[in-house]
Amino acid sequence: MPFRQRREKDVVSPSEAPKRRSLLIAGMQALVIVAHGSHLNPDSSTPTYSHADTVRATGAFDEVRTAFWKEEPHFREVLRTLESDEVFVVPLFISEGYFTEQVIPRELRLESFDVDDWDSDGTSASHATLSASDVEGKRVHYCGPVGTHDAMTEVIVRRAESVTGDPAVGEGFGLAVVGHGTERNENSAKAIRYHTERIRERDRFDEVEDLYLDEDPEVDDVTDFFDSDDVVVVPLFIADGYHTQEDIPEDMGLTDDYRTGWETPATVDGTRIWYAGAVGTEPLMADVVLERARDAGASVGDAVDRVREETRTAGAD
Amino acid sequence: MNATQVDRLATAARDGGVDCDGLRIRAGDDGFSVEIPAAGVDESGLSAADLDRLAQEHPSYVTNWAFWSRDRADADRAFLRWVEGAAETSVPERYELLREGYARSWGQVRVEVTLGEGGERVYELRHEDDAGIPTEELDRHDDPLDARSLVKTDDDGRYRPLKTAPSLPHGWVFSELSGRACAETIEYVYPATIANWYLERQGKLDVNDWRETVDRQSGIYGVVKTWDRGGGYEHVNWVAEACCDDSQCLKRREWGYDDETDLDVDGGDGVFPCREPCSLVIAGARTWTRLEGEEERTYEFTLTPSEKEQVEAIIDAVADGRVGEIREADLKDDANRYRARFLRAKRFDGDGNLSGTPTDRDE
Repeated sequence: MPFRQRREKDVVSPSEAPKRRSLLIAGMQALVIVAHGSHLNPDSSTPTYSHADTVRATGAFDEVRTAFWKEEPHFREVLRTLESDEVFVVPLFISEGYFTEQVIPRELRLESFDVDDWDSDGTSASHATLSASDVEGKRVHYCGPVGTHDAMTEVIVRRAESVTGDPAVGEGFGLAVVGHGTERNENSAKAIRYHTERIRERDRFDEVEDLYLDEDPEVDDVTDFFDSDDVVVVPLFIADGYHTQEDIPEDMGLTDDYRTGWETPATVDGTRIWYAGAVGTEPLMADVVLERARDAGASVGDAVDRVREETRTAGAD
Repeated sequence: MNATQVDRLATAARDGGVDCDGLRIRAGDDGFSVEIPAAGVDESGLSAADLDRLAQEHPSYVTNWAFWSRDRADADRAFLRWVEGAAETSVPERYELLREGYARSWGQVRVEVTLGEGGERVYELRHEDDAGIPTEELDRHDDPLDARSLVKTDDDGRYRPLKTAPSLPHGWVFSELSGRACAETIEYVYPATIANWYLERQGKLDVNDWRETVDRQSGIYGVVKTWDRGGGYEHVNWVAEACCDDSQCLKRREWGYDDETDLDVDGGDGVFPCREPCSLVIAGARTWTRLEGEEERTYEFTLTPSEKEQVEAIIDAVADGRVGEIREADLKDDANRYRARFLRAKRFDGDGNLSGTPTDRDE
């Protein structure tokens, strides 16, 4: 049922809306993908743009926008660029925490947002419907991050298919799901464990383990945790950058110097490591974005099925 | 002009009336009344056939109304009307200009509008420096989304973290754009500038000054709150001079220190406003908060007068982004690389201390 979490005080009454009514074309819905972005790394925004393009191509939304913490348009100024009166905001973040609970609601000016609106155990936030003081007459459906959505499990598996080029990969393979760790936020590891457990339950891979950058079990010792000859390593990161392209490959021993690159697979201590790079670059991520918005009440027609099919690369010609 | 446009005009006149750029039509019990003051038209009690005749006599007014009566966002409409100077010219004058093509600059983007069939407008975007280059010599695009990757790097392939930095790359053109596609392309080149410019024109721009903005920060940026000490705002002048000058950002800075205190440095002449310190300014402020926490002290350096000026010239060259322009063998330039290397060889000791003077940090 759409909008089930809407509370009475959050409903924008018609009497509050009319001033800029001419801007608002009834029935229009917008998707806003919000992501971190970077002042230094030009590739940080690339997955955000590419998932936005995939969703845009489905025609499910009248407007599809991206906004960033470190790039433009900033979270602060994106809502005012929209015509739609129903706005679905999907954070392209891995876990619930500082950004999804504090920074994004504050910067979007969702003043009445209370993290309890999400009623989450750390990985179960769905959405909350609010008004934003930045704009009049719009309803903002603020969704949980993509990283904790159930559909993300499928993206991790799809990533393993993409990097091995085998749509049936599983037997004889181990799968390592790599997270940043709990440095500042316990929900970060919760999200990793959640998907690891869900994949393990599928009994598709011989072994499935969660590993971390800055805590045990550490990704540095990846081969210690697996008996399989082949291990796919999927980092649960949104964009490729320092961690996924420099830190992890060197720590795992794929290469001595990230600048010279590495083989896929690369053999480390007799184990073939299939290193996938950031899961957030997998085209199927667009499906999670769409499902987040659909869960929050967006009308997306058959877009979910189409995106699932169109983003399949492994085994495709 | 075509028959459909005239039919639509009559319908619009009956449905609330028409009032567009000097064309006014109303429908009443005694027929239509039409006013085009600039053309000396003021008639009433007209039949549909009379309306059709007047429309045929003044087609530019009709096709102009047909174009502007189309459904689009208020901000986009205001922007597109600004592009063709709609507030300053009558419709026939404007049509004269539009036939040749009429251009204005939005930041470094030259927006040219040309009159198409039946009052349609066709838009073209390119770097303003590329105004005189034949279109076929530029890299042609028609999909607004292409702009995102085009503007990501400057002419030297360096990442542009600030979209409104005056480092827009050259050599591209978006041609044959509709009004909607034109505004969308601008949104990717200079995000939210149309929305903020429009709010400002309506007197509704929500400016957030330095104090409000730093007070809002949290996490690793929370520390910037501590930079303001006492009532002084000289440090914010320095930030604005460093980051917000027109040579660094094309937005016109409208924020000040607080709602009662403007900054003392120039906000710039940009057409679109800057409503609050941006993420780059806040990131810079975080670094400066730490650096500016140090106590000053007096050092003694031994330099010749020319060496002192050379140090100043090197700082200027870096600050003005001029380093790449200094020719390799131009040893007369104080910021020349060989000159800098000579100075280093002569004046640095083995630990990199200028004139052998140790830094002597407190820690």
